Amino acid sequence: MKEKAKILDQEGINRAITRVAHEIIEKNKGTAELCVIGIRNRGVHIALRLAECIKKIEGSEIATGALDITLYRDDLALASGQPLVRKTEIDFDINNKNVVLVDDVLYTGRTIRAALDALIDFGRPKSIQLAVLVDRGHRELPIRADFVGKNIPTSKKESVEVHLQESDGSDEVLIAEKE
Amino acid sequence: MSWTKKDLLGLEYLTQEEIELILDTTESFKEVSTREIKKVPALRGKTAVNLFYEPSTRTRVSFEVAAKRLSADVINIATETSSVRKGETLIDTGKNIQALKADIIIMRHNCSGAANMLARTLEISVVNAGDGWHEHPTQALLDIFTLREKLGKIKGLNIAIVGDIAHSRVARSNIWGLTKLGANVTVCAPEILLPVGIEKTGVKVTSNIDEALENADAVNVLRMQFERDEGAAFPEQLDYYQRFGITEERLAKAKKNIIVMHPGPINRGVEMSSEVADGSNSVILEQVTNGIAVRMAVLFLVSQAKDAKQ
Repeated sequence: MKEKAKILDQEGINRAITRVAHEIIEKNKGTAELCVIGIRNRGVHIALRLAECIKKIEGSEIATGALDITLYRDDLALASGQPLVRKTEIDFDINNKNVVLVDDVLYTGRTIRAALDALIDFGRPKSIQLAVLVDRGHRELPIRADFVGKNIPTSKKESVEVHLQESDGSDEVLIAEKE
Repeated sequence: MSWTKKDLLGLEYLTQEEIELILDTTESFKEVSTREIKKVPALRGKTAVNLFYEPSTRTRVSFEVAAKRLSADVINIATETSSVRKGETLIDTGKNIQALKADIIIMRHNCSGAANMLARTLEISVVNAGDGWHEHPTQALLDIFTLREKLGKIKGLNIAIVGDIAHSRVARSNIWGLTKLGANVTVCAPEILLPVGIEKTGVKVTSNIDEALENADAVNVLRMQFERDEGAAFPEQLDYYQRFGITEERLAKAKKNIIVMHPGPINRGVEMSSEVADGSNSVILEQVTNGIAVRMAVLFLVSQAKDAKQ
């Protein structure tokens, strides 16, 4: 992997998350019935930051959860190495909630398809919205994000790497060339 | 660390890391059974066959529930009513099930090594649900998972296993698993039910129940299989209870929070008193709940490994 460019630094990520938090509040007209659920792993970190940010702006706590989509993947039966099954933690009722699903990178849309199926096994939310830090294009399914931190046009030969303090020790978004 | 084995035959054949991977995966699967919709699509389109040559309700049902919560299709074959009665060999039965394009055989057999033999012969996955006196890996895994959940770790724990050690596959699998994870294991049984050479597996051996319970963090009480009583070897039930039965008086001398486990079904008043079985130290029903998550993890892992090989 050859690093090509740093797209977002720590401040850039913070600004993007703050703006998305404002947009979420605006679209949902406040925080009543609002919750955020992150997709493991990095989506969870971003979801928690969004919740923190929303709390600062509106002064109210919103419920947060973590979703592991491994068991819902459409490529489970293919020989693609063995994914680790991690914990799903949604300790609240999602029925009639406005759920904001959060992931780091939106690419083919297949992860989001799996996440939608997984979420619906937990109940019938009033709405499911999608927030991503980066949208890099190349969708293979009819899925779009409601909130985007940054649109980054990429080629399929490139990879987008999101590093977050919580899991990687630093905050940055990089584009790398696959060798 | 990823799982590469198409079969689960015994804990003897697993590394510490592989056992820990199963336990960690189990933790993730436990949540599925707490949902309103207790089902995930992970094994959709796969077929699991329960092939039981010995009577079993709880293990078979637990595997069936586990497979169904993963969306697999489950077929139960009771050998008393199948062509096994007409003299079909195990290998032929296995090959026929493979020819039906099943993906996993879950087998209980009265001969030690039966699962190993079938696994060598077939390309599909074989999960050992108990073979003779050899191993019962998923029972030991659920025992170890329950211990880890209750006490946070396995390394350094003092675990007593009490009962018919000689004829118990549950004991053997537990000894393999617990010693690999660094627990100190003591086995306790009447002299006649202690197999020769058991101390070579790295366990302490005693026939004094109070000595076994002293300092134990947990006691795993095995079922006395009186239905297999062939006469001389087995002690009388009452005599056994008096010498080895787990009672409140005996627990009073042990660690206050000692965990009491039993693989079931319990002979109340033989292996333990009713007060102990239903008491606050007992985790017997939690073991049953954890058994489903352990079996989900195992079915998922072997199925993934088999797919990766193709």
